[in-house]
Amino acid sequence: MTLASALKSGDLAQLPGRRDEDWRWTDLRGLIRVVPPPSPAVESVPANPVLNALKGPEYVYANGRVLHGSDVGLAAGAEAEIVRRFVSARGMAGMTAGMAGEEGMAGAPSGMTGHYLKAPVEVGAGARLLLVDSFEGQTASYAASFHSAIRVARGAVLERIVLLDDGPEAVSVGLTEVELEPGATFRQTVLATGARRQRFETRVRHHGGGARVQLDGLYVLRDQRHSDQTTVVEHLTTDGEAAQLTKGMVQDQARGVFQGRIVVAPGADRTDARMGHHALILSDRAEVDAKPELEIYADDVACAHGNTVGALDEDALFYIRSRGLPEPEARALLVEAFLGEVLDRIEHVQAHELARAWTGRALRGEG
Amino acid sequence: MAMLSIKNLHASVDGTEIIRGLSLEVPAGEVHAIMGPNGAGKSTLSYVLTGRDGYEVSSGSVALNGEDLLALDPSERAAKGVFLSFQYPLEIPGVPALTFVRTALNAQRKARGEPEMTAPAFLKLARETAAGLKMDFEMLRRPLNVGFSGGEKKRMEIFQMAMLSPRFLILDETDSGLDIDALRIVSEGVNALRAPDRAMLVITHYQRLLDYVKPDRVHVLVKGRVVASGGPELALQLEKEGYDRFEKEAA
Repeated sequence: MTLASALKSGDLAQLPGRRDEDWRWTDLRGLIRVVPPPSPAVESVPANPVLNALKGPEYVYANGRVLHGSDVGLAAGAEAEIVRRFVSARGMAGMTAGMAGEEGMAGAPSGMTGHYLKAPVEVGAGARLLLVDSFEGQTASYAASFHSAIRVARGAVLERIVLLDDGPEAVSVGLTEVELEPGATFRQTVLATGARRQRFETRVRHHGGGARVQLDGLYVLRDQRHSDQTTVVEHLTTDGEAAQLTKGMVQDQARGVFQGRIVVAPGADRTDARMGHHALILSDRAEVDAKPELEIYADDVACAHGNTVGALDEDALFYIRSRGLPEPEARALLVEAFLGEVLDRIEHVQAHELARAWTGRALRGEG
Repeated sequence: MAMLSIKNLHASVDGTEIIRGLSLEVPAGEVHAIMGPNGAGKSTLSYVLTGRDGYEVSSGSVALNGEDLLALDPSERAAKGVFLSFQYPLEIPGVPALTFVRTALNAQRKARGEPEMTAPAFLKLARETAAGLKMDFEMLRRPLNVGFSGGEKKRMEIFQMAMLSPRFLILDETDSGLDIDALRIVSEGVNALRAPDRAMLVITHYQRLLDYVKPDRVHVLVKGRVVASGGPELALQLEKEGYDRFEKEAA
């Protein structure tokens, strides 16, 4: 039941929809009425200057195919920074494919094409990797499915930044499955501006003791965009630590979704799991749906979760305006400060700057 | 011409009239105190003067140096030189105090068509101003007012006031929450800003602050109107006799 299997088989029944509990807020079956034809091969893609500040190799994938690069495999004890660009580029014009349009124009030609990709990552024992995964829609409409299996070996550290810059009419689904060995660290920050339907799901399992997990997210959603950040963290043995913080801002008719499941298996004692999701709603027609789930089967566990949704603080807004900031700037300052808590948790200096600049552009409405 | 001129002002909040025909003139170089019982409209007046949403002016006028203030939004009034020191300063998590003040200062300069203050010039001014208020400079690197004590917040207000160098200052219950040492430091900061081309409106319930910030004139505000005006001795009289007499007269 995935977008990838629907694209492969051409069978619409493979699409997850609102009757699937984990997809009730990210309905694909009601949206895609005709399986899009395969996206065409693309020979080259323009450079992305935003990523220039990062050193290390850049792997480029376009429409589900490798342009240059390979699977990521870092040897034990190595250190590296790697950028992966997953580009969705224009399909051929005039193809019949379709989505239900706003007036229910099922199957209307939209030029939508589909592609899927698997891109695994291995981080060897004691190695350190900064991985920046940049998802770039260079055309408005496509259906893209992404899967990444990540293994972080004993004592290794993986810091991952995910930038989701999808097109406004795109359907974009990503699933990352992370396996952590004892003493491994995985830190991830997902930054999203949404799409017609956008889902970024991360599942983390740690098998050995002492794994450290930080799973963070940030979304800035406008117009009719949708973004779903879903996480599942399974603590299978003792002494795991997981800290999660997702913050978002929605305006216009946008919709933000956060689902966070924490599973503590029997015997996974001394697990410390914290999860927070906090959203600002800046218009009456915007929506945020959140579902924290805790499944705890061990006794000696510290687990905490918090979830808040609210508007901008009008008192603070007036205070700032009275000091000389015009209203739009005062609002932007408050929103940026609200989201900044997520950015400040990114330890890698260049990655932090990249994420901050990305957020500034997203708040100014620059793609 | 008075620097601030309020004429027959009527203003309401949620449909209830709070300011009922208030007139007041504050000439440049002077400090005027507004005293009054709870519910007289003291804080409402400060919000009307700074243009807060929800404070509706139904009639009357407010002019700063002859220019209509009521037509301007809060940030435009700030750029014209109006500054309100809040009774309860807001906490702004995620924004370092210094960043906040620099952003506000440069927004005001931009609105006035002036060039931005350079970073070194700003830092130099900030260090001198903080030293004058006996503030730890490191405090200015922390998020604005977050985790600050009541006294620290008030000191932060005076710091911002000194940095922004406004022409018309409104101090709303600045003495509330201050112990005697903090009151002295804050008052010194306020007094240092007294100048021939600047005026102040000190809003207070108690006379205590006026021992430190000596007013040229004292006005008694009851039920949204100025019912009596006089010299500094009026504050002392109010301290002794209370507001009863004025409240009875207003009723």
